[in-house]
Amino acid sequence: MTNQVIAGELLKAGWLASDIIEALAAHPPRFSREKPAGTPKSQDDYLGGQATAVTIEVKNIKKYFGPVKALDDVSLTVKAGTVLALLGPNGAGKTTLVRILTTLLKPDSGRAVVGGFDVVRQTNELRSVIGLTGQFAAIDNILTGRENIELVGQLYHLFGHEAKRRARLLLEQFDLVAAADRPAKTYSGGMKRRLDLAASLVGRPKILFLDEPTTGLDPQSRNRLWQLVKDLVAQGTTVLLTTQQMDEAEHLADRIIVIDHGRIIAQGTAVELKRQVGGDVLEIHLADHQWTEEAARRVAQLGIGTPRADKAVGKVSLPISGGAAVLTDAVRILDNSGIKIADVALHRPSLDDVFLALTGHKAEQTV
Amino acid sequence: MNMQPIDNLIDAALWSISDIMVMTKRNLLGYLRLPQLIVFSTIQPVMFVLLFAYVFGGAIQTPGFDYINYLIPGIMVQTVLFGAMMTGVGLANDIAQGMIDRFRSLPMSRAAVLAGRTISDLCRNIFVVLLMALVGYLIGFRYQNGLGNFIGAMGLTVLFAFAFSWISATIGLWVKNVETAQSAGFIWVFPLAFVSSIFVPVETMPSWLQGFANNQPISATVNAVRALSLGGPAGDWGLKALLWIIGILIIFVPLAVRQYRKVA
Repeated sequence: MTNQVIAGELLKAGWLASDIIEALAAHPPRFSREKPAGTPKSQDDYLGGQATAVTIEVKNIKKYFGPVKALDDVSLTVKAGTVLALLGPNGAGKTTLVRILTTLLKPDSGRAVVGGFDVVRQTNELRSVIGLTGQFAAIDNILTGRENIELVGQLYHLFGHEAKRRARLLLEQFDLVAAADRPAKTYSGGMKRRLDLAASLVGRPKILFLDEPTTGLDPQSRNRLWQLVKDLVAQGTTVLLTTQQMDEAEHLADRIIVIDHGRIIAQGTAVELKRQVGGDVLEIHLADHQWTEEAARRVAQLGIGTPRADKAVGKVSLPISGGAAVLTDAVRILDNSGIKIADVALHRPSLDDVFLALTGHKAEQTV
Repeated sequence: MNMQPIDNLIDAALWSISDIMVMTKRNLLGYLRLPQLIVFSTIQPVMFVLLFAYVFGGAIQTPGFDYINYLIPGIMVQTVLFGAMMTGVGLANDIAQGMIDRFRSLPMSRAAVLAGRTISDLCRNIFVVLLMALVGYLIGFRYQNGLGNFIGAMGLTVLFAFAFSWISATIGLWVKNVETAQSAGFIWVFPLAFVSSIFVPVETMPSWLQGFANNQPISATVNAVRALSLGGPAGDWGLKALLWIIGILIIFVPLAVRQYRKVA
């Protein structure tokens, strides 16, 4: 019978604990003696806040998954208030780096500091100054949009009323007011991404990580998300984003780092990267594709690099430095040779050209 | 004297409790908004009760008891056991939805995701147990041992489920996939449930099986719950059940936490 008594006592203790939990639930905790780290002092500055001294510093980070070198000695820095784009194909190591910088993964070697906090030793402090929007919208489909943001707010250790207030503001800012009290599973892809980003911002992160934020979105939703990111940057948030899309990097980033097979293969502004492949490119489309290689040979002398012949589409691309004069020369040479031209154009290289020149393969294709 | 470190520690502890409550509430909202989960996880045990009571019941000899009285305490434990296996499925689903990544990037307590999940499953099991008690009453089951022992029986049942939730959590975080968590979670539970005193007296099994059946946690819990419900000596079985529960928690709470940190 004594064991029955013990069981009874245990049960009583259980009920007592549940009473305490319920009491705490009814009266939101007011125990913090200081504001949680990461909360800006002023309530007026809505997002981002002051980001003066905050940077990201990565030194010689390595991360291997078995024989795969996901990150092979990567070093980089991001200045406060700027946007860095990590550009590379699937499997280049972009997401691995983001996961290390957001404390989800430990590096094998090397050091990284985010917002003044070490990614291995000061994880909790670090987590209170960052926001993360992953490759797939991390939202609870059963909860409403509002509840999703409030949930993350409470886990950033905001008091209930403050989490509610910020959720309301973010829903307005992200144009989700009409859908705020619908379950998130009824949201469109673009709305889910916006909700995901809004939830990442409820803790007012100084540093925001966006892992392929617009992959799979239609152009309109993509533009909308770009604008939201630009607004955040204008308010002082530092952003590190990964992307496979050249135009996204060019559109949003102050600096671009091209990464392939876990290594940094180029970095600079979009303009600087374009310069690396030799300035202007002359593109000649031929009426008859079988003459592509012959045409490339004949115009090669006009360029400052080797011409590329793409027989499948009948296109010759030639890096040049002479501008329009070269274009007329090329037309004359091909005309004299009897090779018919369908179209001819002079253009600055796109980042696609840059990537192709740097890696030998296109950015969108999986390696 | 500088009280700052102690203050910080108290702060951290209180925030942990707050995090656990926030996570528990989130999971319970999920259960409330997907009532089909509770409906179907209730229909299943009711079906078991009816099948065993009216199909097999006549063929099973339970000396000293009506079979329905013998069966209901066992079915209670079986129901919360199967319910506890949903813990791992829920966690695997959170991994699949990217929620675990989100939580791990927040400055919240590391224990809160697991504690919130197991506690919300505990709440769900309390609800299911009370519902089963009602269903049992409707088909003729009668508690015969007073309110205190009734509460003791219910308490032991949900504590047992809480311990098994942590085993399930470890499995769910290990396999990381909803479907695999579902099958991996149940496949080892079935033989454990049937080679126990849930449905039949262990004495009717071959002697080589009796040793296993008598010493495993399910039988210990079922025998204690049965004795608490119907009268009879519950002490030794209750102690054995509590030791199993404590042992499982000591092993599987750290294992689950370790697995949670490794999810990447």
